[in-house]
Amino acid sequence: NGTQSQIAEWVDELVRVRDQRDEAAFIRVFQHFGPRVKAFLMRTGMDAALAEECAQEVLVTVWNKAHLYDASRASPSTWIFTIARNKKIDVLRKQKRPEPEDLPWGPEAEPDQADVLGLQQESEQLGRALRDLPEKQRELIEKAYFGDLSHSEIAEQTGLPLGTIKSRIRLALDRLRHSLK
Amino acid sequence: MTVKHHLTDDLLMAYSVGDLPEAVNLIVATHISLCDECRAALEAYEALGGAVLDTCDSVALSETSLTSVLDMIHTQDNAIVVNDRSAPAKDSVLPTPLADYVDGGLENVKWRSVGMGVKQAVLNTSSEASARLLYIPAGTAIPDHGHKGMELTLVLQGAFQDEDGYFGRGDIEIASEDVHHTPVADISEDCICLAVTDAPLKFKGLVPRIAQPFLGI
Ligand SMILES: [Zn+2]
Ligand SMILES: [Zn+2]
Repeated sequence: NGTQSQIAEWVDELVRVRDQRDEAAFIRVFQHFGPRVKAFLMRTGMDAALAEECAQEVLVTVWNKAHLYDASRASPSTWIFTIARNKKIDVLRKQKRPEPEDLPWGPEAEPDQADVLGLQQESEQLGRALRDLPEKQRELIEKAYFGDLSHSEIAEQTGLPLGTIKSRIRLALDRLRHSLK
Repeated sequence: MTVKHHLTDDLLMAYSVGDLPEAVNLIVATHISLCDECRAALEAYEALGGAVLDTCDSVALSETSLTSVLDMIHTQDNAIVVNDRSAPAKDSVLPTPLADYVDGGLENVKWRSVGMGVKQAVLNTSSEASARLLYIPAGTAIPDHGHKGMELTLVLQGAFQDEDGYFGRGDIEIASEDVHHTPVADISEDCICLAVTDAPLKFKGLVPRIAQPFLGI
C-alpha cells in the first residue's frame, strides 16, 4: 500500500501548488520529479546539460500550468510525463505539437472524489504491473517511451491493465460531459 | 454524435510517446477532439508513460537548479493568467487543433480547385508527412486510387462511403498500402475532410493520373 498512498501524497502536493500557490509543496515536487524528468530526457537522447536545462523548464511549466491539473484524469507522474514529452518534441523535433481540444469546462469542473481515488488505485496497479514484468518486457516498454522503438500492441503482449484505467477515464469524461448539459 | 471508425492502438501509443510527424499528430489530435473513446485510450497510454517515469532511474539535478527554477517562477509569476479555462470562440466544423492551422475558421481556408468541383488546401506542417483539407461536393467521387504509404482521412462535415464503409463526422479511415478505394461523398451535404499522407498516392487510370499533380500529394 506504500505506493498507493505515495500517489495520493503527490496529488495533495500538486493540489496545494494549484490552489494555494504553495511554494514549499512545489519544492517537494521539484525534488522528487526533477531528477526523474532529467533521467527520462537523457534516455530520449539529450546530453546531460540539455536534459538539465529542459528538466528545469518542465518544472517551471508544472508551476505555471498547475491550474490545469485534474486528479480524476491523471496521476501526478502521468501529468508531468506529458509535459516532459512535449518538451522533448519541442526541443528534439523542433515542432509544435497539435493538442486535442480542451474539454469545455463547466461550473462543476471539480472532479468526483470517487474518480480521483479510482484513478489513483488503478495507476498504482499499473505501476506495480510494470515493475513486476519480466526484465525484457519492461525494457521493451521503456524503449517505446524513450523513443528508441515504436512497437505495436505492447500492451496486449505484456498484459498490462490498461483497459481498466481507460474505462475509468472514460467514466470521468462522461460525467464531465454530463455535468455540462 | 457516435464515432464508429477509430484510431489504432499503434497510432495512439505513438502519439502519447511523441514519435509521430507533425501532420499525423494533427489528425490524431483532431480525431481525439471529436472522440472520447480515443481520448480515454490516449490518457491510458499517458498513464503508462507516467508509470515509466516513476520506474526509471533518477539523475541528480545540478546544485543551482532549484535556485534557477525558483528565480524563473518569481520573475514571471505576476504575468501568469491563472484562469485560461474559458474556451476560445469555436468553429463548428474545425476543432481547435485544426483551426490553429488555418488562422481561425473554415472561412479563412485558402481553397484551390483541383477539378470536378473538388477543392483542397495544403496545411503547413513538417515535411515527413503532409496534411490537407479536402472539399468534396455532395455526391462526387474521388478517383479510384491505391496508396504507396499510409493515408488517414478524417471527416469533418458531411460523410463519404467507400469499399470499407460509411464515414461520418469524427470517423477516421486508415488506408494502408494494400487498400484500393473510391471514396464517394454522401449526397446529403458537401463533404469536408482532413487527409494526411506519408507518401504520394498512386492513381490508376488516365484522368486520375492527370489529377495527381493537381492534388500535389
Ligand atoms: Zn476514436
Ligand atoms: Zn485513399
